[in-house]
Amino acid sequence: MQLNSQINFNMEIKILGTGCPKCKALENATREAIAKNNIDATVTKVEDITEIMKLTMTTPALVVDGKVVMKGRVPSQSELVQLIKK
Amino acid sequence: MNLQIFKSRNFQIALLILPFWCLIYNNLQPVTDRLIDSVFGMTKGAHFTEALRFFIFEFPKVILLLVLIIFFVGILRSYFTAERTRKALEGKKTFTGNVMAAGLGIVTPFCSCSAIPLFLGFVESGVPLGVTFSFLIAAPMINEVAVILLYGLFGWRTALVYVITGLAIAIIAGWVIGKLKLEKWVEPWVYETLLANSDMDESRINFDIRIKMGFEAVKEIVGKVWLYVMLGIAIGAGVHGFVPEDFMASLMGKSTWYSVPLSILIGIPLYSNAAGIVPIVSVLIEKGASLGTALAFMMSVIGLSLPEMVILRKVLKMPLILTFIGIVGCGIMVVGFLFNFIF
Repeated sequence: MQLNSQINFNMEIKILGTGCPKCKALENATREAIAKNNIDATVTKVEDITEIMKLTMTTPALVVDGKVVMKGRVPSQSELVQLIKK
Repeated sequence: MNLQIFKSRNFQIALLILPFWCLIYNNLQPVTDRLIDSVFGMTKGAHFTEALRFFIFEFPKVILLLVLIIFFVGILRSYFTAERTRKALEGKKTFTGNVMAAGLGIVTPFCSCSAIPLFLGFVESGVPLGVTFSFLIAAPMINEVAVILLYGLFGWRTALVYVITGLAIAIIAGWVIGKLKLEKWVEPWVYETLLANSDMDESRINFDIRIKMGFEAVKEIVGKVWLYVMLGIAIGAGVHGFVPEDFMASLMGKSTWYSVPLSILIGIPLYSNAAGIVPIVSVLIEKGASLGTALAFMMSVIGLSLPEMVILRKVLKMPLILTFIGIVGCGIMVVGFLFNFIF
């Protein structure tokens, strides 16, 4: 909550995925990245397919403030932090 | 492409690894022979010696092939996203569409959990149902692991036969499903789904990330299948020396006509990945099973899987799933009979 608290203020992160192993891995990795880097964000998992289809057809996907920033893979911790902060 | 790619960190790592790969791959046979004959000092020609020689040579060979090819396929797939494939297939005429869909099914990233979003995305954006099915048949059946294992354990001819017949089945089965006009058996909610209008900007993926996706694919897929490959080749090596020749001839040989449909029926509920099934099938063939029957069995196990049907049940009504299994099953049967007849 120090330097970057302003840019990250109350970010909204969504993990889109129907429940496959990769989707769970992405959810866990994202939560870890947020906790470790003190990012102020709410993480929700979206499993409803009609909701997912409104954003993308490739799962798992990472959505930050309504924008799809990454999909189809599980990035490393450092890449996740970059994706979320950008 | 410009010199920019050499600045990619992951590209540099890949370039560094490549010579080592070649060095190991090219020296597998001499090292294996040295190890068995000189270091272990085992008797040449004995059952156990030859079984061990087979295993020590084949296992690293197949793993090395998997690593190299999956790396390149991983990079290639970063260009063939589901969204691009959908765009390419939109509004295509049926037969051309079926051919394209089957081909794109090989290169577009696919796993059973992506089947539903893909199906929705395709059907909703106007890709004909039959064309969508050509994709859904080819994608799981012709995957890189199956093709590499076939190449490694049977040679390139069999791998090519598998790919071509698999493509033919996907094209024809999808075309037939299209002709039958089965849209009424698609769950109605499929047509009410709204499609993405704010999808990801492709420019987010640069060359460095694509190379990284190659590494990630290797880690994910090889990490998942190496154990099956090892078990399959170990069983293969064991059976190789100890089970009598022609053991399978009466069960899966050419002369027993019913062996083809029977192996397809057995194959549907059997859910195994290609990594587990191909080494076992290679042993079946060695022990007298005919190529057509073995091919049919393999296609049925890999291409028609029960878990995928259960997932597809969310978007398809039961009669359509049964029609799908029936048509693909018939296609596999024709392939089986054809190859038993030719060879």
